[in-house]
Amino acid sequence: MTDIGNAFIQAFELVVGLDPDLAEIVLLSLKVSLLAVFLATAIGLPLGAAVALFRFPGRGGVIVLLNALMGLPPVVVGLVVYLTLSRAGPLGVFGLLFTPTAMIIAQVLLVTPIIAALTRQVIEDLWSEYEEQLRSLGAGPARAVPALLWDGRYTLLTTVLAGFGRASAEVGAVMMVGGNIDHVTRVMTTAIALEVSKGDLALALGLGVILIVLSGTVNAAAFMLKEAAIRKHG
Amino acid sequence: MKRYFFTLSILAALFLSISPPTVAQEKFITIASTTSTVNSGLMDAINPLFEKKTGIKVRMLSVGTGQAVRLARDGDVDVLLVHHRPSEDKFVADGHGVKRYDVMYNDFVIVGPEEDPAKIVSVGEARGAMIRIAESKSLFLSRGDDSGTHKRELTLWGMAGIDIAGFSGQWYRETGSGMGATLNAAFAMGAYTLADRGTWLSFRNRAGMAVMVEGDPPLHNPYGIMLVNPAKHPHVKAAMGQQYIDWIVSPQGQAAIAAFTVEGQQLFHPNARQTQGS
Amino acid sequence: MDARTSILPLELSGVSFTAGGQRLIKDISATFEAGPRTIIVGPNGAGKSLFLRLCHGLIKPDAGQVLWNGGGDATPHQAMVFQRPVMLRRSAAANVDYALHLKGLPRNERRELVAEALARTGLSRFARSPARVLSFGEQQRLALARTWALNPQVLFLDEPTASLDPAATHSVEEIISAFHDAGTKIVMTTHDLGQARRLGDEVLFIYRGRILERAPVDRFFTAPENDLAQAFIKGELLWWRRGEGAEENEDREEGE
Repeated sequence: MTDIGNAFIQAFELVVGLDPDLAEIVLLSLKVSLLAVFLATAIGLPLGAAVALFRFPGRGGVIVLLNALMGLPPVVVGLVVYLTLSRAGPLGVFGLLFTPTAMIIAQVLLVTPIIAALTRQVIEDLWSEYEEQLRSLGAGPARAVPALLWDGRYTLLTTVLAGFGRASAEVGAVMMVGGNIDHVTRVMTTAIALEVSKGDLALALGLGVILIVLSGTVNAAAFMLKEAAIRKHG
Repeated sequence: MKRYFFTLSILAALFLSISPPTVAQEKFITIASTTSTVNSGLMDAINPLFEKKTGIKVRMLSVGTGQAVRLARDGDVDVLLVHHRPSEDKFVADGHGVKRYDVMYNDFVIVGPEEDPAKIVSVGEARGAMIRIAESKSLFLSRGDDSGTHKRELTLWGMAGIDIAGFSGQWYRETGSGMGATLNAAFAMGAYTLADRGTWLSFRNRAGMAVMVEGDPPLHNPYGIMLVNPAKHPHVKAAMGQQYIDWIVSPQGQAAIAAFTVEGQQLFHPNARQTQGS
Repeated sequence: MDARTSILPLELSGVSFTAGGQRLIKDISATFEAGPRTIIVGPNGAGKSLFLRLCHGLIKPDAGQVLWNGGGDATPHQAMVFQRPVMLRRSAAANVDYALHLKGLPRNERRELVAEALARTGLSRFARSPARVLSFGEQQRLALARTWALNPQVLFLDEPTASLDPAATHSVEEIISAFHDAGTKIVMTTHDLGQARRLGDEVLFIYRGRILERAPVDRFFTAPENDLAQAFIKGELLWWRRGEGAEENEDREEGE
């Protein structure tokens, strides 16, 4: 009990004291996760839309695969990225292991399937509603993609948020490929893992509280944006 | 359209802010070391002196000795600082490392619940303590992660003449995790475990646990440092890495190690031979 | 509109359509010329909507041909308004604009057409309103505005007023008349026989996937030749006649 009480006190002190190390960690967490989610969105939206709209051999398999990949274990992704980026691995020459870039790569791999799979569902539903009208206006699936993505924007925003949640809460993969190096690749989740290993459970939980508040803030902002937009645009 | 430009420019700014300092401009070396040197705070205490003197940033990876050696062998780091002599000698002998230098030593301690169910405090030496733990079938947590500490623990079981593998999963349990996680688990289960003194002293969550056995020569824990061989991995920052090695074995580096204390106790004892460095 | 080459006549020859193992459209042949407004009537499930979709090109026949003026691409010159208008989540004006964009018109040409179409349908004041918050009747008018901007030679309408109240129905009918006056060929299905009388020049009676009667509107309502059509305009339910009536017709047509 005292640890849990202490956690809130520690979290409060860290935030109020504007601890520079904490600020750095929080900033890096946001940068890595936001960039990863941005890239995953750039890949996942068109990919999901394509699977939703086009009929090709093996499409059912692709859908099952995308859905299955949503539950990809972070540690496995971390391991694969690690082995790929290691100097002994195929992409070793770039020296990316233990950099934020490596962490972004791992998170993109984790988040893209989530965004692609959920996008497929959203776009498929929209297309079944719009198909006749859009075809009548002369738009086949390919030309309809931008309109469908735009009309599904509120649901897709939720999809992207799900991706962000996954990215910002994930520890296994970023620990493995980032190495939790102080001032370089230390993010909220790896910092929490480190404090646990140092036995400072109160500080670890305090960081956890801050992480939860952060992701809560991001979600709340997105929610309010969405509500305002729905009120305005219907 | 304006909105998209706005969003894009923010993202572009994010990209730029993340790339240059980490990839291009900064001079840095990467060192693979063990949790005992990093999590105890030693590296945070001494590295700033080196960084200030040379302008070279030091990036520490804190992993088990086994993984640290593996990282060094793959060329993913520039310098290796670990504490398992046989692995270190093999590393250099196989040509992965250039040369091994003594740096410092600390010691291992056998820790356990204050009630001491196996009555090992009175034994006062490691080999006898291990025998008593085995005979009383008291819970013992092993790192089980191929780390230096794990290897040392296996050596102690060997000295005690106990074939420990047969008891795994019974009173002997392998956590497969780092020192901190293992100490947390030992604390929760009221078990004995072998820990390095540095991690033990800087560990916060140790109420109800105490040092049972210490100071016995088999618990002596020397650290060695070596440069990853640039002949095997041309991208290794050999000059800067050697600069770091030279510094840590120099009087200044050695003094910094000696000056590092946790709760008033000196954790590491410098033992570099001054003729070694160049 | 008259300056363009006409895509009409529209000619269907031996058109059949099967879905789920059932022949829903059976060997229909018909020709549609420019001018007269064609109203398609028939009981539920007769195949009226499918027939429109086959004409419009949304679905392809399993057998037979749908030919525009001997076989050109007529897609850009014909449009369709559905029973339930589908509006994109954007403003009313942007919905009209999107249709023109799909047609490939440059932005500067679109603006004026959008404004004119909205004015024609009485929607100017909703130009910037989100299309989805408009009432059902307004959305149907917006669908017509979208079509107006496209300036089609042929307009198909699938029960456009089926779920509208009388006032909204009235304004939709006025717009349809305006299309006709501007020279657009109207082909429309309806449940509302009064509407068929008000708007139609000729009536096509479809039952169980076949055209059973085609006649000028006056004659269809005063003296239909087909017995099922007679029953239909009297407001009788045709389900009980299915067995004998259909059998009878089947035989007769098979014999032709």
